[in-house]
Amino acid sequence: MIEDPYLGKYVTCVSARSTDKEILKKAQDGGIATTLMVYALEEGIIDGTIVAGEGDKPWQPKPEVAMTREDILKARGTRYSISPQISWLKEATRSFGLDKVGITGVCCQMQAVRKAQLYPINMRDVPGKVAFTVGLFCMENFPYKSMQSIVEDHAAQSLGSVKKMEITKGKFWVYTERGNVATVPLKETHKYEQPGCHVCLDYVSNLADISTGSVGSPDGWSTVFIRTKVGNEIWSKAVAAGLFETKPIEEVKPGLDLLRKLAKEKIDKNQKTVEERKTFGVNKGLRNPYA
Amino acid sequence: MGLLNSVKKIMGVETKPAQVAMEKKAEATKEKKPVTNKIKLGHVHMSGCTGCLVSIADNNLGLIKILDDYADLVYCLTLADVRHIPEMDVALVEGSVCIQDHESVEDIKETRKKSKIVVALGSCACYGNITRFSRGGQHNQPQHESFLPIGDLIDVDVYIPGCPPSPELIRNVAVMAYLLFEGNEDQKALAGKYLKPLMDLAKRGTTGCFCDLMDDVINQGLCMGCGTCAASCPVRAITLEFGKPQGERDLCIKCGSCYGACPRSFFNLDVIPEFESINEIIADALKEGESND
Ligand SMILES: Cc1cc2nc3c(=O)[nH]c(=O)nc-3n(C[C@H](O)[C@H](O)[C@H](O)COP(=O)(O)OP(=O)(O)OC[C@H]3O[C@@H](n4cnc5c(N)ncnc54)[C@H](O)[C@@H]3O)c2cc1C
Ligand code: SF4
Ligand code: SF4
Ligand code: SF4
Repeated sequence: MIEDPYLGKYVTCVSARSTDKEILKKAQDGGIATTLMVYALEEGIIDGTIVAGEGDKPWQPKPEVAMTREDILKARGTRYSISPQISWLKEATRSFGLDKVGITGVCCQMQAVRKAQLYPINMRDVPGKVAFTVGLFCMENFPYKSMQSIVEDHAAQSLGSVKKMEITKGKFWVYTERGNVATVPLKETHKYEQPGCHVCLDYVSNLADISTGSVGSPDGWSTVFIRTKVGNEIWSKAVAAGLFETKPIEEVKPGLDLLRKLAKEKIDKNQKTVEERKTFGVNKGLRNPYA
Repeated sequence: MGLLNSVKKIMGVETKPAQVAMEKKAEATKEKKPVTNKIKLGHVHMSGCTGCLVSIADNNLGLIKILDDYADLVYCLTLADVRHIPEMDVALVEGSVCIQDHESVEDIKETRKKSKIVVALGSCACYGNITRFSRGGQHNQPQHESFLPIGDLIDVDVYIPGCPPSPELIRNVAVMAYLLFEGNEDQKALAGKYLKPLMDLAKRGTTGCFCDLMDDVINQGLCMGCGTCAASCPVRAITLEFGKPQGERDLCIKCGSCYGACPRSFFNLDVIPEFESINEIIADALKEGESND
C-alpha cells in the first residue's frame, strides 16, 4: 500500500483503456468509469449504479440510477457542471430495491459516500449497501450558468452543437459535432468556478475504490488508481477477463510526476483558502468543515 | 476473538507486538470474556415515539451480539422491568422534554446525574424535531405546550441525529463507547476520534432545520452540490436546483439530518479516510458465532 500525501492511499496505479470499442466511441478518456460499472453489473457485483445521465438542458447532467448497460453508456463523457449524484443514494436502496449500489462521481461525492457509511445520518441501509465506487479526478466544477457562459460567450459555441468538452493543457476545449474546435484560456474561467470547490483538498478521488482521470496518460487513455480491497478484486478480475489494456504508469508520459504536481497545486492552493477563512473577518472567521 | 482484539492497525497506530502475542494466546486457550467487562447501557424515553428504540432493535442480531458481549441493558421501560433510572455508563435518551410535565423534567435531570455519557438519541432529543411545533391546547393536558430538546436542560455529550436515526449509527456509537470504556490506549484514541464530531454537534446547539444548509453551508461558501442533503431528508423537503439545495420549508420537520449528513458540515480527516479499516473493525466486532460465553 502506497500512502502519497497528494495522491492518497493506493495499491497500484496504471494507465489503461477499455477494450470495448462501443464504449470507447463516446467515452471521455479511456472509458474506465463506464467499463467498470458495466462489468460490475454484468458480474452481479452491483445491481445498479448512480451515474451522471442526460439532463433536461444540453450538457446539464442529471443523476440517475442506471440498471442496464444501455443506461450506463448514456452517462459517458464529462459534463463540467454540478451533478448532485448523492441525492439518489438512499433511494437506490428503497424504491429501486438495490442490494449492491454502485456510485460514480467526483472526489467530494466519494467523500459524501464514505461519510454516509461511517456516520449515517438519516441514511439507514446505506452503509452496508454501498458495493462499489468509481471516483473521477476533479480540479474544480462549474454551476450550469458558468458552463453556459464559458461555452457560449468565451468559446462562442452553441451548446446544442457541442460534442465534447475538455479541460487540458491550460485551456477549456470545446469540440462541435461538425468538427470545429474552440478553446478558452483557463485564466478566463476561474471566476466562474463553484466557490465550494475552493476548499476541496482532494484531486484524485482519494476515497474511491478505484479512481480514474485523464491527467498523466495520453489521449484516449486514463490514469487509474486501484485503492481498496473491493477495488483490487474487481480490477484484477476485469483485467483477467480482458476488459482493459494496461501499461505500468512508470512507462507512460507524462505519468505520475505531472499528476502529483497538479494534485499538490490544488491542495496547497485550497489549503491556503481554508487557512484564510479563519481570519476572513475582523476578529471573526468563516467555518472550517475539517476543524 | 472479541472487539478488543480487532483494532489492529489504524490511523498510523500499530498495535504493539506484545498485544498481538496476547491475542494469539487468548484465542488458543479460548479464554472466556469476564462479564464485568460489559458496559451498562440504558434507554431513557422522554417525549419520543419509540422509533429510536426500534432503530436500535433494527440492528437485528447485531444488537443481540452487542448485548451478549459488550453491553448490559440496565434500563429500558419498553423491554425490561426496571422501574427507576439506575446508574449507567451510557444513557441513550430519546424524545424531548415537556417542561410542564414535572416528572419528565425530573427524569432528564436524574438521567444526567446517573450517567457517565448522555447521548441524545434521534432528532427529538437533539433538536426538538416535530415537538418544536407543539403549542398545547389538546385534551387532556392542554397546558402541556412547551417542549425542549434535552440539551436545553442538561449537558449532552453525544448527538445521534436522525428521524429516524440510522440503526448503523447507533450501533457504531455503542461499539465506540465500549472501546472508550474498555479498550487499550489506541482503542480509546480511535473511539475518541470517532465520537468527536458527534460531540461537537452536541456543543453546537439544539436547533435543526433546512436553514442549517443555508446558514452554515451555502452562506459560508462551502456547498459543492453533492446532493447528500436531499438523500438524507426523511420528508423529501430538499431538491437541488441547478446543483444547489432548495428547501420546502413548510414540509421540513426540523430534524437536523440534512446538515448532519452534509459532507461540508463536519468532515473529520483523521477518521473518514480510514473508512476501510474502521468498517472492518465494526464488522469483526459484530461477527456472529464469535460470542465468548
Ligand atoms: C467536473 C469534473 C472535473 C474534472 N476534472 C479533471 C481534472 O482536473 N483532471 C483529470 O484528469 N480528470 C478530470 N475529470 C475526469 C475526466 O474528465 C473523466 O471524467 C474521467 O477521466 C473519466 O473518463 P472515462 O472515459 O473513464 O469516463 P466515461 O466512461 O466517459 O464515463 C463518464 C463518467 O463520468 C461521470 N460524470 C460525468 N459528468 C459528471 C459530473 N458532472 N459529476 C459527476 N460525475 C460525472 C459519469 O457518471 C460517468 O461515470 C473531471 C471530471 C469532472 C466531472
Ligand atoms: S473540486 Fe472538489 S468540491 Fe469541487 S466538484 Fe470537484 S471534487 Fe467536488
Ligand atoms: S430539510 Fe429535511 S432533513 Fe433537513 S431538517 Fe428539514 S426535515 Fe430534516
Ligand atoms: S449536502 Fe451539503 S454540500 Fe452537499 S448539496 Fe447539500 S448542502 Fe451542499
